[in-house]
This record gives sequence, structure tokens and C-alpha cells, in this order.
Amino acid sequence: MFNLFQNIHIDWLGKRRLFIGISILIMLAGLISAVGRQLTPGGTDAFNLGVDFKGGSVVTVKFRNKPADAEIRAALDNVGINEAILQSSTSRPDEMLIRIPLLENTGEGDAANPNADISKAQVEKGRSTVKRALDTFGPEAEGEATLDTAPNAAYKIIGTDSVGAIAGSQLRNQAVTATLLGCIGILLFIAFRYDWTYAAGAVIAVFHDVLMVLAFFSIFQWEVNLTVIAAILTIVGFSVNDSIVIFDRIRENLAAHRHDSLFKITNDSINQTLSRTVITAGLVILSVLSLVLFGGEVLRSFSLALLVGLTLGCYSTIAIASPIAIWWQDKLGAADVKETLAPQRKEKMASASRRSVARRPVTR
Amino acid sequence: MKNRGLWIRTAIIVVILLGGIYLVFGPRHTPTGADFTWQGIKNNLAENVHLGLDLKGGSHLVMRVQVEKYLKTLTENDREAALNAAKEAKDADGNPLPVVDASSVAENGNYQINLNVSDPSHNQEITDAVTKRVDLRDWNQSASGNTISWSLSSQAQVRLGESAVDQALKIIEGRINKFGVTEPTLQRQGASNLHQILLQMPGVEDPERVKTLIGSESHLYLMKVADNSDPGRPFPTKEAAIQALGGTIPPNRVVLPLTERDTNKQTQPNQAPDKWLILETPAIVDGSELRDASPSSRTGSDYNIDFHLKPAGAQAFGEWTGKSVGKYLAVVLNDEVKSAPVIKGQIFDQGQIEGKFTKESADDLALTLKSGALPAPIEYTEERTVGPSLGADSIRSGVSASLGGLALVIVFMLFYYRGAGINAVLALILNMILTIAALIMIGSTLTLPGIAGLILGIGMAVDSNVLIFERIREEIRLGIGIAESIKLGFERAFVTIIDTHVTTIISSLILYVTGSGPIRGFAVTLILGLLINLFTAVFVSRTIFNWELARNPDMQRLSI
Repeated sequence: MFNLFQNIHIDWLGKRRLFIGISILIMLAGLISAVGRQLTPGGTDAFNLGVDFKGGSVVTVKFRNKPADAEIRAALDNVGINEAILQSSTSRPDEMLIRIPLLENTGEGDAANPNADISKAQVEKGRSTVKRALDTFGPEAEGEATLDTAPNAAYKIIGTDSVGAIAGSQLRNQAVTATLLGCIGILLFIAFRYDWTYAAGAVIAVFHDVLMVLAFFSIFQWEVNLTVIAAILTIVGFSVNDSIVIFDRIRENLAAHRHDSLFKITNDSINQTLSRTVITAGLVILSVLSLVLFGGEVLRSFSLALLVGLTLGCYSTIAIASPIAIWWQDKLGAADVKETLAPQRKEKMASASRRSVARRPVTR
Repeated sequence: MKNRGLWIRTAIIVVILLGGIYLVFGPRHTPTGADFTWQGIKNNLAENVHLGLDLKGGSHLVMRVQVEKYLKTLTENDREAALNAAKEAKDADGNPLPVVDASSVAENGNYQINLNVSDPSHNQEITDAVTKRVDLRDWNQSASGNTISWSLSSQAQVRLGESAVDQALKIIEGRINKFGVTEPTLQRQGASNLHQILLQMPGVEDPERVKTLIGSESHLYLMKVADNSDPGRPFPTKEAAIQALGGTIPPNRVVLPLTERDTNKQTQPNQAPDKWLILETPAIVDGSELRDASPSSRTGSDYNIDFHLKPAGAQAFGEWTGKSVGKYLAVVLNDEVKSAPVIKGQIFDQGQIEGKFTKESADDLALTLKSGALPAPIEYTEERTVGPSLGADSIRSGVSASLGGLALVIVFMLFYYRGAGINAVLALILNMILTIAALIMIGSTLTLPGIAGLILGIGMAVDSNVLIFERIREEIRLGIGIAESIKLGFERAFVTIIDTHVTTIISSLILYVTGSGPIRGFAVTLILGLLINLFTAVFVSRTIFNWELARNPDMQRLSI
């Protein structure tokens, strides 16, 4: 038998201040980034929202010899558009729809209301920017000229149009509301199966993970698109799953080792499930890492969000969920976080913690 | 029989597995030899799993709501209503008001209704009579000489146009959704005065049918057949019918063809109808009184459309049928008499359109009858099929990266858990097949958020196996024997697995109920994946362990 992490005795809860400190630091950095960027006039927004959320323009291009998607994307990258959606037209193989987000510095109205008509100037700007990018493949057949009448031309822009946001503020708000309601469901169920303190720990850990992911997206200005919503939903699920596995072990150990302190039991439970935590998290994170490295540019937002979020989900269970649950129990007088416990106190505390935590017997 | 319970468990697993394999890889047509080749299986898989617009692409239609036609119809309807109101009104002495006729202008952004009167002194009374009966709030009234005019201001035109486009968007959305296209992209495109709507539909095999469905208007009328027209001996031509009416069609009559063939069938040669009937107007009941319409068939080939009427329509229909026993009723669909049954007794709220329809056209007709009429006709300004919005290149790299990740998981499980790793890998593969089978069964469309749900489901499936195996290892280390360790390991890990799964299912149900589109796609695949995982990771994996124990009850070492 090949075993990882047997007989580990790491004092996780003893390092809780360090963990929480690191988390708060990163979140503060994210907050400063978001607020700072939003308030800097003429600067970038708090988040780098993609076409899905902001709308933009769609440019239809007819090529003489259509370059590969990757080449077109690289050309657009060079003129500063790195979030284009390329949709090739399968019925007309030489044509391509290029959707680009709103370009910067176009007045306040557009960002405030994504469904508002995007001004003609914006569409014109999109057209000229795409033209600048595509000119690397050869000249455009301009004006009345077509690809047939202009033998030197490599492509022609045959249409430009503004498009509204697919996922307007409505979908974004709905996603936030749905997730919050989902968290309330989680809170109630964990409170029912375990205890309010544990429910609070798990849900705060979920918020921690989502906020941290958003902090990363703001700091590094990764593009936020529809796929990020899917990633965040996944992160919530994974984070709660991880928390429950450890809570479950704490509950079991509380029933079996009545005279140990909750502090020790929690540390033991984390250590006992450590091999499971490392194997599961390791496998999932490695799979997502392969998606980050080889999954291509379009999926990068999705895979980066998953990578950051799933790693944090694992970390927050140990560093956030458990300490908060224990800290609250301590406030309720049900557990003592201090490492050294007077023997007579220990007995009293353990029974109190059982009342609170292991109210329900372990179901077999 | 020895191991009876085990055999039953195995039989359940095999039946479910075969069902899953058929749903995912099996053909939906009569199987041929080709379905058992590698290529055939791939084709069937591609046909069975409906991929969304982001993964597969589909049809891209830009349509324009012909708002000017909407305003024209509005002008003409209001003109008729205004004229009728003015003609029916009486002055203080009970005499008719001096109204001659009405005309209207509806072109070049100019919409105007003119009422011509013979004596301007009654203008105020006429205006009052008209505005009392007809809602002309959007119109600006003016009068000069013998003409009272109402015209639409440009602001009112913009407002009415906008509401027509919004209404069209809603009706199209309803039709598309009922048509079974899941997760289409429907949005306004271009400047608002272009009145354009962009529709992208994932992998729709027959965009023509969707186009017909979106654009088609279905009008149903239940009308009286005139006494001088016998459906048993219809007129051979329209002219013959007009002849019978004395050369001209009076205002309260229409002449329509009686045709049983299905005009929606494109394959039918277009022949001139040879049966004509004279009907009385106005209709007893029209399509706006429909409560419900659905296709039905007694033989399985020729379809009819059953309909139910709303209370007001049923009232009018019941009154007429009650006093018209022995007379003929005409069921008129899109200006064609579909059938002209004789009334045998009073009917209230139900009826049937007989028409030898195909299943498809009966479905489409029922749908357009139910979803209501578009406010204005639409025209298609652009039509193309497009590749996936995520880009074919990135999907290819995404798929290979995911398969790489999965291979990594499988190799690790086999390396770390040895014999038990085979259990886990079998359970994992079964989980994926059954989850996709379940998606196919409920007719869901797989999009990227759906795949995210699938990934989380698979992640939790791996986690379940790891939880169980780690627990069994712990119990073995305590030295309580292999059989007991397996039993305890499953039992203890099961508590954890239930808790994690139920929590996630609860939150996903909330996502499903409160979310839409992509969020629902995520929730559905995740819920299915987790329910199936309870079966594969616990039931299936346990059954495999039990077989090992049954073969070797005194097992001293377990490969885990």
C-alpha cells in the first residue's frame, strides 16, 4: 500500500492568524485595484468586462484566403483587441464574424447602460481598428471595390454593426441573486445537519473564495465573460464540498473522543482527511492546470478562474471555514481556542461543544 | 442461489449501463451495420448530444420587423373603427351624423386618418363619438373644412415601433422556445430605428423550418357557411361562386377555397383549388379566442389539430351552434376552409381542424395558433450558418486539454489505489456515460457552463471514491479485517458523501429555479451528475468490492 500523509500532526489552527491575514491582504489589494481603477479618470474599469457583458460591435469580413483563427487573433492582439470572438461562417467559408468589445474612452453612457445604442462613432472606431489589424494580411478592397475588382486586396469588410450585450446587467444580477440564494440554502442545510457556527464558516469561506477570485480578476485585469460565471458557480460547489468533508470528520471525532478539546479535534480532523484533501484537490487542480496551459486563449478566463478558485477553495476550508467555526464556538463559550487547557475545564468544554456541534448522533 | 443479492445488484447495473450506452452511442433509427463501426458510433454520438451555440455553432439570422407595415395596418384598422363609430353615432335629436366616408395615408413616415363630413358644424359631436369608441390617444387631431384628421407624431411612431419590436421579440422567443431550441441567443441588433433582431440558434438542422415558423401567421376563423352554398356540392371555381351571388361579392360574404390538402407541405404540387364555398362574415369566433391547440392523430399518419376556446369564444360558439343544428360550419385556417362539418348539436369550447397534416406541420400550426400573431411581418436581412462562438480552434484545444486531465486522473487512481483504482475508473466512466445519457433523455443542450457542471460532477465523483478508499485504508490500518473494513469504510464515507451531495444539489436546485440560460445549464448537469454519482460511486463500486469478497471471503490483503 502506498500512502501519503500518514500520522501528520500539523497545528493548522495555530496558524489561523497568518492565514486570515494573508487572505485579508489579498482581498484588500483586490479592493484597492477595483476602486482605484474605477476612480482613476480615463483609466480602466474595475473589471475588464468582455463582449458578453458590455456589447460591442461585430465586423463581417470577407477574405480572399482566410487566415487561421489563431493568426487573426494574433493580428487583433497587436492592435490591442485581445478579447475578440471569432465566429467563422460555415455556409460562406471565406467570411468571418469578428465581435469586439466596446473600445475604451467613449464616454460614460455606454458603460452605464450596456443596452443603450452604441454610437456610430463606436462602430466606426471598431471598423478602423479591425482594419488596422487585418491590413497585416494585405490591403482592404476599399469603398466600392470588391475582391473581384481589386486584385491586390486580401480582404473586404462587408458589414459593421453594433450588438447589444448577450448577458446584460440582467443576467449578471440574476447570477448574483441566484448564487446568494444558493448560499442561503447551503447555510440552512449545514445548520440543520451540523450547527450554525459551521454553516457560517462554510458560507464565509465561499464568499472568501469568490471575492478572492474577483480580486485576482481585477488586479490582473483578466477578461470577465460569461464563462467566468460558470467557473464561479463551480468554485462555490467545490468550496462547500471541501468544508463539509472536514466538518463531517470533526463531528465524528467529537462523538468518539469526548475528552479532547475542540481545538485538538479540529486539527486532528484536518490532518486525518489531509491525504484525501491533497489527492482530490491535487487531481482537480492538475486537470484544470492542463486546461490553463493547453486549453487555448478563449477558455483562459474560465480555466484561470477555476484554477485560482479551486486552489483557494481547498485552502479556505482549512484556513477560513474551520477557524471561523471554532472561533464562533469559542465566543459561545462552547470551545476554548487556547492550546493549554486546565483539565477540569476541558471536561466541561468538551461536553458543551458536543451539545452544540454533535447535537445529532452520527448516522450509521 | 448463492449471492442472490449480488446478482440482483449486478443485473440492475448492467441494465442501466446498457440503457445509458444506447442513449449515448446508439442510433435513433433502425440499426444498420454501419452503426457498429467507429465512424458510425461517432456520428450517432454527435447526433444524440445537442451542443450549444458556443460549442457547435448554428444558424445566424438577422431579421427586421417591418414596423411601417405595422403602422399601416394600425392606421387602416383605426380608420375603419373611426368610420364605424361615427356612422353609428346619433346626434342629440337621434339623427345620423353627417359623415360621408374616410380615407387614410400611410407612407413615408406619414400616417393620417381623414374623416370626410358633409356639414362641419357637427365636427365636435363626431370627434366625441369617435374618441369615445376608439382609442386614438397616440394621434394628434385637427380639422379643416369638411375634413377631420388624426395624424401620428414622429415620437408616437418611434414609441409604437419600439413596442412592436419588443412584442415581436417576445413572440419569437416564445415560438423558438416551444419549438424546442434550447439556449438560443436572441438580441436587438443595430441602431433602434433599424428594428433589427439577431437570432442565433445552436445546431438547428432545418433553419428553413424555423424561419417559416417564426415568420408564419396562422389565423383561425370559425364561420357560417352561407345558405346558398352546399359543402356537399361546392362550386368548381371562384367565378362560379361569385356568379351564384349575382356577380359581385356583398360586404357580408367571402368566397374561399375548400381544401383538405396540407398547404404547408412543400412537396405538394401547387394546383389550383377546385372546390369553393361562400361564407358569411363576420366570423362567429376568431383565433384570438383560442385557449389551446394541439396536434392529434387517430391513425398515426394524418394529423388534425384539436383546439379549445376561451370562455367568451365558447359562449358565442355555443349560442350559434345551439340555434344552427343542421347547418354547416366552416373551419377556416389561413384563408382556406379546412372542413365544413354539419352541426349535429350544441358545441361550446372544443373543435377540431381536420386537414391531413403531417406531424411537423400540425405541430407548427398548433404552435403559431397558440403563440399569437406577430404585430408586423418580418423580413430576413441576413442569414448564415456560423461556427461555434468559442471558436473551433479553442474548442479543439479545450477538448484535448480536458482529455489530458482525465487521463491524468485515471493514471493516478490506478497507480495509487491499484486494484481499487479499477473500481474507481469504472465508476467514473459509468458516471460520465450515464450523465450524458440523462442529458440526452431530458433533451438538454450542452453548453460551456453545462460542461463546467459536468467537470464539478466528475470532480466530486473522484472525491467520493477517494473518500471511500481513504476511509477503508484507515479501517484496515486499525486491523479489523478486510470485509469489515470495506463495510465500515463505505458506511462512514457515505455519511460524508450524502452531506456534500445534498448540499450541492440544494444549492443547484436554487440556481435552477432562480437562474436562466447558462446558469440553468450548469445546474442541470451538476444535479444529474451528482444523483448518478450516488449510484456509481457508492452502489456500483460497492458491488465490485462485494464480488471480490464473495470470491475470496477470507481475504487477507486488499489491493487498495
